Amino acid sequence: MAETPKIRVPKTAKKGEVIEIKTLLPHTMESGQRKDREGKTIPRKIINKFAVEFNGKPVFSATIEPAVAANPYLQFFAKVDESGTFKFSWTDDDGSVTTAEEKITVA
Amino acid sequence: MRHLSRRAALALGAGSAAITLVGWSKSASATPQAAAADIAKFTAGATPEQGKISIELPEIAENGNTVPLSISVDAPMTSNDYVSDVLVVAEGNPNPGVGTFHFTPLSGKAEASTRIRLASTQNIVVVAKTSSGKFYTAQKLVKVTIGGCGG
Repeated sequence: MAETPKIRVPKTAKKGEVIEIKTLLPHTMESGQRKDREGKTIPRKIINKFAVEFNGKPVFSATIEPAVAANPYLQFFAKVDESGTFKFSWTDDDGSVTTAEEKITVA
Repeated sequence: MRHLSRRAALALGAGSAAITLVGWSKSASATPQAAAADIAKFTAGATPEQGKISIELPEIAENGNTVPLSISVDAPMTSNDYVSDVLVVAEGNPNPGVGTFHFTPLSGKAEASTRIRLASTQNIVVVAKTSSGKFYTAQKLVKVTIGGCGG
């Protein structure tokens, strides 16, 4: 996966604060419903799983079907009690996984 | 027709869009029954209660290729009382499944947004499962002007 995800996480937060996180991964999310010019079905190729961990503990994840639009965008929240690192992962139908990390400082 | 008026051109465009939609809908196979089957699998047969969930979707989606969807479930999100899973199904898409959000107490809020594809005007049904094993549901109708599953 050559594509780079776009992630927005606040740099700092107060202890116990619920922060908003936004993510987007450029990806065609080929649904498996479309046909090419010869009438052959274009095979499905989507991101089927997205997961977020904070300091190794699961925060949020999503199981994704072809009905999620191209360039899958996900916005969600996380409660932070300590400084640490968010780890994001997107799993493609072909088995490849795109990962990213973001740090946050909790005062 | 020497001058194709703006209005006529628009009408032509709308007409061809309608034809595309009709042609496409033949291959669409999801029905409210298929969606209900997905929900029954998720709840393991339990009947979900109405309420606790709010769904944010446009009333009319001009482009079915990308329709903003926000879901929020009213829950304390403490370690012994939280919403664990939220299933989203679309009754009128080729496959009813849209996705499932999995929350933990670390999520802080049982709230998430994404963008979805809708093939035609249809109901979106959301079912939430709590850590105590209760199920809640809500649904919302979206009018779709141009379908978004290719074809």
